[in-house]
Amino acid sequence: MKKMITTAFATIALAAATTFGQTEILGAGATFPYPLYSKMFSVYESLYKTKVNYQSIGSGGGIQQITAKTVDFGATDAFLGDKEEAAMGAKSVHIPTCLGAVVLAYNLPGNPAIKLTPALIADIYLGKITKWNDAKIGAVNKGVKLPGINVVVVRRSDGSGTTSIFTDYLSKVSTEWKDKVGAGKSVEWPTGIGAKGNEGVAGNIKNMPGAIGYTELAYAKKNNMPQALIQNKAGKFIAPSLKSASLAAKSLPLNCKVNLTNTEVADGYPIAGLTWLVIYQDQNYGGRTQAQGAEVVKMIKWMITDGQKYTTPLDYAPLPKNAQVQAFKNLATVKFNGVQLMK
Amino acid sequence: MTTTKTFNQRDLIFKKGIALNAIGIVVLLAVIFVTILFSSRESISEFGLGFVFSQNWDPIGLNFGALPFIVGTMLTSILALLISLPFSLAIALLLGEYSPKGKFTGFVRSMIELMAGVPSVIFGFWGLYYLVPHIRNLQMALGILPYGVGIFASSVILAIMIIPYSSSVAREVITMVPRSLKEAAYSLGSTRFEVITKVVLPYARSGIIAGILLSLGRAIGETMAVTMLIGNNNEIPKDIFAPANTMASVIANEFAEAQAGLHMSSLFEIGLLLFIISIVINLIGRLVIHSINKSGGK
Repeated sequence: MKKMITTAFATIALAAATTFGQTEILGAGATFPYPLYSKMFSVYESLYKTKVNYQSIGSGGGIQQITAKTVDFGATDAFLGDKEEAAMGAKSVHIPTCLGAVVLAYNLPGNPAIKLTPALIADIYLGKITKWNDAKIGAVNKGVKLPGINVVVVRRSDGSGTTSIFTDYLSKVSTEWKDKVGAGKSVEWPTGIGAKGNEGVAGNIKNMPGAIGYTELAYAKKNNMPQALIQNKAGKFIAPSLKSASLAAKSLPLNCKVNLTNTEVADGYPIAGLTWLVIYQDQNYGGRTQAQGAEVVKMIKWMITDGQKYTTPLDYAPLPKNAQVQAFKNLATVKFNGVQLMK
Repeated sequence: MTTTKTFNQRDLIFKKGIALNAIGIVVLLAVIFVTILFSSRESISEFGLGFVFSQNWDPIGLNFGALPFIVGTMLTSILALLISLPFSLAIALLLGEYSPKGKFTGFVRSMIELMAGVPSVIFGFWGLYYLVPHIRNLQMALGILPYGVGIFASSVILAIMIIPYSSSVAREVITMVPRSLKEAAYSLGSTRFEVITKVVLPYARSGIIAGILLSLGRAIGETMAVTMLIGNNNEIPKDIFAPANTMASVIANEFAEAQAGLHMSSLFEIGLLLFIISIVINLIGRLVIHSINKSGGK
């Protein structure tokens, strides 16, 4: 049903685009990078007179749309699984565009700076630590005066890429979490209250003394909420920032399909993730022209090069140099009848 | 002669046109039902009747059940009715019995009707920022985990939202109570209070119940305000302060990113159950009103 509706919308948009004769690129998917993409696409249109029509319908919808070949690119916060790739019917490539960091924000009297270890985060979200003055929290935060109030766990109630990154992290650092709950966009939470959207989580934390919740870095910053330092795999306590998140993408595999959580990079922030664009490797499908394919590749190339300067002001972490190189290599494999499209 | 003929023809076309429109809407309702039924077939064949009684909601293990949401929906709605009842009865008695006419009555009436038009997101917003902190204080005083959001917060907001519905039906049936009956009671020496409790309310009882059923239908389907206030916890609530979830809000929460297949289909089946429950409640409400109209209020 949802698919039908979105397909109908995309078809109408496509028809409108061809009627006016102007080059238009169609995309759909993830909501998380939407503010960045709309900024990038409006700048791109003013530079190259190519309009990019992006519908932020959610990652799942983006994958459905590119699979149905109704858009030029799909955007997703979680890379495609084998099943989803097979459903696309032809080879596709993943191009990372930026990173997001997920922070643990909290509300405590006086808002002291606190540190959390992976084990503490897992215990809090498993409902095993219920008071802020629990000895386990105290052991990591020596000298911090922790109140004896209840820990109120806040999490997302709507399916989201943020939840996917956070639960993927928990599954990596806690076998108990992995066995009991697992990772995904919506999970069966053992405890806490759910709020809709990043803004819902942020709002609940702000209003509730003793609350802790995960949210995108940008929302925690905007709401001036204290964010916990998190111990990474190397044992260092890392403050969430665009820089420490970027570091997590220091080494990417060839296909760029990787979860960056629990990074091994010594100064990398452990709860970060990439967001991707997905396009077909052979752009000659469904009666497309070579020019259209070339436009799509040109636009994506701009996003991972010049376009990167729009990431930091909007609180997205830019691709580090080598990730950019890797994204470039991937984009270079995109062809039309065997002709490389990237110039 | 010809003019009359074309006039008649036009009249016929107009009549057929509006009939077609009306039938179209009825057909549309059926189409909506069938498409929702069709979209939930995967979940129906996988879980069968057990779907209604299962407490699982595990999108990763693909095991789904609707019981926590059905309980959450019924609990918030019925609690909301109980909270709203004294207020809507008071409004109905004031506007229907004590001062059925006049500027003041007109003002109060239109204000209450205006309340029905306030978008639910505004109620949710107000609830989250102004009501929830107070509920949290209450919970702290009672020694309960001070979530603030939960069944109770949603019920209070729902109660406010349904007052215009239940009070307007109740007011109407109260004004329908025959003057002769009331005058007879007065002439026997009854006080106004006695007239209200012994004549007006018993006479209007079925109408008041119909109003309650109609507002229940409204409360059951409310999505936005409840989603903001219920705490969205997919478990059967242990008490009336606990965070829970309703059928409408689980759909609103998970639909956008649900994976095609069993997860999506289960959300559709919850929609189907919600559809059936609200239609049944509305039908009962309408039947009651119908029987009052037929019997002239008795």
